[in-house]
Amino acid sequence: MSESRKEKLEAIDVHVHFGGVKALNGVNLSLQSGDILGLIGPNGAGKTTMVNVLSGFQMPHPGTVKLNGENVSNLSARKMARAGIGRSFQSARLFPKLTVLENLVIPGLGIGLSRRAATSQARDILDWIGYREDPDRQCDSLPYSDERRISIARALALRPSFALLDEPASGMNEQECDRLMQIITRIPQEFGCGVVLIEHNMHVIMGVCHRIHVLDGGKSLAEGTPDEVKKDPKVLRAYLGEQASRPEAVI
Amino acid sequence: MTHFIQVLIDAVAIGSLYALVALAIGLVFGVMRLINFAQGDYITIGAYSLVVPSAAATPALMFGALPWPAMILCVILTVVVLALVTERLAFRPLRNSDLTSLLISSFAVSYFLQSLILMVHGGRPKTVSIGDALSRAVEIFGVRLPGVQLLTMVVALTLLIVLVLFLKKTPIGIQLRAAAEDFQMARLLGVPANRVIAIAFAISGILGGTISLLVIIQTGTLDIRMGLMPTIFAFFATVIGGMGSLPGAVVGGYIMGILSVLLQAYLPAELRPFRDAGVFSIVILILLVRPQGIFAKTAKERV
Ligand SMILES: Nc1ncnc2c1ncn2[C@@H]1O[C@H](COP(=O)(O)OP(=O)(O)O)[C@@H](O)[C@H]1O
Ligand SMILES: [Mg+2]
Repeated sequence: MSESRKEKLEAIDVHVHFGGVKALNGVNLSLQSGDILGLIGPNGAGKTTMVNVLSGFQMPHPGTVKLNGENVSNLSARKMARAGIGRSFQSARLFPKLTVLENLVIPGLGIGLSRRAATSQARDILDWIGYREDPDRQCDSLPYSDERRISIARALALRPSFALLDEPASGMNEQECDRLMQIITRIPQEFGCGVVLIEHNMHVIMGVCHRIHVLDGGKSLAEGTPDEVKKDPKVLRAYLGEQASRPEAVI
Repeated sequence: MTHFIQVLIDAVAIGSLYALVALAIGLVFGVMRLINFAQGDYITIGAYSLVVPSAAATPALMFGALPWPAMILCVILTVVVLALVTERLAFRPLRNSDLTSLLISSFAVSYFLQSLILMVHGGRPKTVSIGDALSRAVEIFGVRLPGVQLLTMVVALTLLIVLVLFLKKTPIGIQLRAAAEDFQMARLLGVPANRVIAIAFAISGILGGTISLLVIIQTGTLDIRMGLMPTIFAFFATVIGGMGSLPGAVVGGYIMGILSVLLQAYLPAELRPFRDAGVFSIVILILLVRPQGIFAKTAKERV
């Protein structure tokens, strides 16, 4: 499916200012179905703001977001979701009193599936992300790492053209991270979509991304393959400061 | 002992009423963060729709003259339409404003509806008798059970079960619960906001109309403020149950019913006029111990 009709998501010269804070200051990025694009940078670099812009939570001013060539900068977050942008948040934000299954049925209903179809899709996705516990468990009693996984599954249940994941690995241990990496790696083939991945864990980023875009202080610092970015002196300086001589220690 | 059981049955019957009103208030609060004080006037107008508008103290029957299935249907339909119209005209335009504006709007709607009744039906209380057969008591194991109380309990239980099934099993019910927990997130996942809110109001109308009928069968009196007390009790019920929790609203309703009936039965006679003050003091005590209500989660359990 992804081969027959490549979709494209672009951010062009995006600025977002909060009062004096230039959260984004002229950033360009683009990706296609099948891509996994890492978005990294120090805290406050503008990563979450970028995802907010791409998903219609934040209007760029000035700047443009295009989906398959069409300007979608002014669409509401809800319309963006309908147009094919699914996202997860830094905090999982599951519906706490709904069951795991119901949390995944909601997006299915949202894209117009019947309850039966939405339920069977929800079960498939749970299965796919390897959730083997009770699907009828209420979400406010889930262990943390399950909560994170379910929130990714919920974004995918919208059958998006692009899935934007904001720090999905935060707070996970090494083993949970490895499992998450396997999941993210397989998202493009399984769902035929592109992925934007914000993540602080460099092991995860380097392990799953095809390309990496580095932000710093609202500006693009570099973009390239993991190997290119790893060796980029500007990136090293931003990330390591004075320790720049020993890159492998950190990345 | 039989006296105590009698009191208990009273408590459960009146608690059922409060639980239904609390459920209506809780549902609307869930999706809109609106405490709809006009809920009381929905109940009042539902009851007034039984009679023909006139100045008479014993007015001719309007919907009250219909065969009972048609009567029930017409009263409930009237209240549903009323709830939907107030939502559309008074609350929807304010959906994105703050809690205070919504609250003020609900007071304004309430005031407007009361004036409307005053204009159409006049201000003095009226008597209306429907369901007289139900006021006869049934005797079970030595306990005298007024038919109205039995009816109230059965109707409340039935509505609760139907509502739970609706919320758990139907697509729109699941969407409504999601919207009640995180409205913005629900919208992002494709939950239709307008439809979900309209459904919540329609249910509050169905509950309101049912309560109109139950209250009238019980009291036989139409009064411009008849919806007020149940609504205030139900509001406290939702607060002690934990604002936004539907099971909490129901349990809170029964707690309020039990408190008021117990105080009524066991307070010394000279203190009985202060029964409501006593009930509300206990509510305040409960809230001092559990400010978030009985069913609401404590602030944040995990980080
Ligand atoms: N709603 C907001 N109001 C004001 N400042 C904001 C807002 N959102 C983000 N910022 C600021 O914009 C900058 C970028 O934030 P963010 O995109 O969250 O960074 P990151 O996700 O890379 O850590 C930060 O300085 C942050 O304080
Ligand atoms: Mg962030």
